[in-house]
Amino acid sequence: MFTLSPDKNMQTDLSVQNVTKKFEEFTAVDSVSFDVEQGRFFSILGPSGCGKTTLLRMIAGFTEPTDGIISIRGENMAGVVPNKRPVNLIFQHLALFPMMNVAENIAFGLQRQKVGRADIQKKTETILERVGLPGFAHKKIDQLSGGQKQRVAIARCLVLEPTVLLLDEPLGALDLKLRDQMKVELKKLQAKVGTTFVYITHDQSEALVMSDYVAVMNKGRFEQVDTPQNLYSNPSTPFTAQFVGDNNAWSGRLTGLSGNMATVVTPEGNSFTINTHGKTFAPDAGVDLFLRPEAMLIQPDPSMDQLNRFEVVVKAILFDGANSRLLATPLNSEKELIIGLPQNRQFDHIRPSDRIEIGWHGDSGICFPGKEGRS
Amino acid sequence: MKNHGRWYLFFFLTPILLWLFLMILLPHMDLLIMSFRAEDDFGEMVWSFANYLNFFEEPIYWATFARTALYSILVTVLTFIIALPVSFYITHVVAPKFSGFLMLLLLLPFWVSELVRVYGWMILLRESGVINHFLVQMGILDKPVEMLYNDATMILGLVYTSMLFMVVPLISVLESLDKSLIEAAYDLGANMWTILVRIIIPHSMPGIVSGSIVVFMLTLGNYLTPNLMGGKNSLWFTEQIYNQFIASFNWNQGSAFGFLLLILSSLIIWAGLKLTGQKLSKVVK
Amino acid sequence: MIRSLPNSKTYSICFKLYVTLFFVFLFAPLAVTSILAFNDSMFPALPWNGFCLDWFFADTPSRLGIFHDQMNLDSILVSAQTAFFVSLFATSVGTLGAFLFEQEEFRFKQLLYFFMLLPLVIPGVILGISILLFSNTLGTFFEESFNLDVGLFRPGFWLVVLGQFSFITTFVTLVVSARLKKFDRTLEEAALNLGANRLEVIWHITLKFLRPAILGAGAVAFLMSFENFNTTLFLVGSQPTLPINLYLQVRDGSTPVINAISFLMIFGTSILAFVNLYFSKKTE
Repeated sequence: MFTLSPDKNMQTDLSVQNVTKKFEEFTAVDSVSFDVEQGRFFSILGPSGCGKTTLLRMIAGFTEPTDGIISIRGENMAGVVPNKRPVNLIFQHLALFPMMNVAENIAFGLQRQKVGRADIQKKTETILERVGLPGFAHKKIDQLSGGQKQRVAIARCLVLEPTVLLLDEPLGALDLKLRDQMKVELKKLQAKVGTTFVYITHDQSEALVMSDYVAVMNKGRFEQVDTPQNLYSNPSTPFTAQFVGDNNAWSGRLTGLSGNMATVVTPEGNSFTINTHGKTFAPDAGVDLFLRPEAMLIQPDPSMDQLNRFEVVVKAILFDGANSRLLATPLNSEKELIIGLPQNRQFDHIRPSDRIEIGWHGDSGICFPGKEGRS
Repeated sequence: MKNHGRWYLFFFLTPILLWLFLMILLPHMDLLIMSFRAEDDFGEMVWSFANYLNFFEEPIYWATFARTALYSILVTVLTFIIALPVSFYITHVVAPKFSGFLMLLLLLPFWVSELVRVYGWMILLRESGVINHFLVQMGILDKPVEMLYNDATMILGLVYTSMLFMVVPLISVLESLDKSLIEAAYDLGANMWTILVRIIIPHSMPGIVSGSIVVFMLTLGNYLTPNLMGGKNSLWFTEQIYNQFIASFNWNQGSAFGFLLLILSSLIIWAGLKLTGQKLSKVVK
Repeated sequence: MIRSLPNSKTYSICFKLYVTLFFVFLFAPLAVTSILAFNDSMFPALPWNGFCLDWFFADTPSRLGIFHDQMNLDSILVSAQTAFFVSLFATSVGTLGAFLFEQEEFRFKQLLYFFMLLPLVIPGVILGISILLFSNTLGTFFEESFNLDVGLFRPGFWLVVLGQFSFITTFVTLVVSARLKKFDRTLEEAALNLGANRLEVIWHITLKFLRPAILGAGAVAFLMSFENFNTTLFLVGSQPTLPINLYLQVRDGSTPVINAISFLMIFGTSILAFVNLYFSKKTE
């Protein structure tokens, strides 16, 4: 279904073919297929309840798929129990064993593989060094900070040298500052060890920052699998456009089409010209239009032609440093827009209830065939 | 809140002090004193070790004592072995919508008097009992056999009576076991046995200890079940105490026995707490 | 293994079988006892001779049903009276104990707390004999010193009440303490701040909060007292409680009237259990 960078020299570590999971009437995962190549950081991004956890648990072996094939390094995993699979899982709340210390936690899996005592000790020390926790072997779990626990959980799995490491939103329980820090750390760690990571999250920033490839999942299906950059700039479905990054959405009606440029009239009566990027539209069809906050220019220079221009009333200034926005509504409308507010002091004069002109270029928006435009 | 009058403290403290001193501490001191009093050759009450010497000189006494202690430990272990899978099933295996119902079902028999439960076992097991009736009717037995009044049925009765006090602490401690710990262990390659020994039992230790202490204590001090279900040779130490007090009317000897039983139960509970590194005040919760 | 993991068929079936057997083991004696209360027979045994209610209602020389069996009825009344006083005293003192150990600070608090826990680890038989001994000592003392014969110090109704009270109070204290621990003390501070005195605070705020726990503990205290055997055995006088009375009949052999009493007890305690469960559910 989705094929990624057809590099023939790369080995496929994880292959999921048409996997479906039904719970009685409810279909949690609906015929999902994807391949992950060796050494990739692959994320599955979706809202809660989209089926991503079920998909992950099927790969780990905790749940059997209703249909479809999961194979790891070409080996079919059907009927292989979790403790015999070459994958390991980092749990959402890490599931470190509180009754054991750090070293015992890490040694646990090695002992199951009947590794010798001396070997276990050597491997434990090496892996602790690698995750930046040398000398922590005899600490108790409840003596560790959130970030340290994170690293122990990762060490506990990596010491077993799994083919694929699965991560179930492990950063979710951390506070914001630590989460940002761990994102970078996790990315660096993955690059260092070179193990294939499959990471699930509902947090788009985690997925975008860390991943080589991201799959956007919704209602049991993959909407799009792509690089983070492409997901952001070329979303292939309305869901992706809205879920990845902020977007302003409009429903409009197609009134004209010349080449790739479509003319869309919004319910407020604005007429916009937008690039269809090759999508086909029936005449007079409904169009869903998406526009990033930063695509809208505040008070553009009159010399810039080919801009869609319209006027808005400022409702509030949402100051957030480099990420500051304007909350504004088009004239004669209740519709709220979020507009990027560059912090170069150029727009410091803007105050709530000011009327300002907004402009955007037809190439910077995305449109999809939509519901019949409401008027 | 600390600056209110001491009046309130005495209001709370007085009844508690009266209760604990008049009904717990002083009676047990009296028990200790009584156990060191005995009649001398002239029929006068004097201080004496005679009651304790008697205990060690009469094999029947200390044999009963040792038997009671060993059987109580056996009953505790058996109760734990039977209760653990059931507690695990209710907390982690059965669908959550049934676990509340099973829990209620589990508690129900123990709201009923111990006497009624023992009586139930008696009419099941005795020679004219229900089980014999069915076995004879099905042709498995030619004539009824007496299944009651031996050590095995006595232990069965004691295990039955104690079950609740093991299951309840086990369930409450297993409820707090995060299922992802089991999943993580499984994912890291552990089998059922390893998970039991390395994860489930260490996690359940507080519950196991408190359950075991209560079961052990109740079994050791049980009178009803050994008396009604045990045979002539399955004498329980509480029966010796009863005999001294009620039948022989030798209260001093009985006091010595009582005190020995108290020391035994305290010692074993203390050893259990020390071995597992738990505290009594933690365990009773 | 657990419900969120794939389990093998054999494992699931074996586990289910084990739990089923366990519940059969749990309920077999109660079920048999109850069923045989309705058997038309002179003995609490099979064969089944047909359904009858004689052991509840009959009043003939050979068959005396429980509702005409004066001796057993008396002992039920004695047990109920005992349980009433025990639960009344135990909940009162136990609640005071909870306040004492949760909200007060004083020297030797830890030691007193340890004493309070002692009845949990003292076998009931020992508690019975030590209270018997001590009351006898006191009785002798009063008689010799003041020539007073105090009935309280002789085995009998009130001594049984005191004996049961001495360990059931520990139980009540623990249950009420557990609830009191969850109490948000800023509520008390708010009430004090609004002008209430400590007694008013306890009466209007804290006791209201504790009420379900106190009622629940009271119900369980009633049951514990109603069914107590070990401690009562040594303290009982001329009025036997129900368990003592039943014990004598069971030991010496009796008609199915015991089954009838047992059935009523099973039935009654089940209802009490459900009511207790209902109330504890409601408060959660």
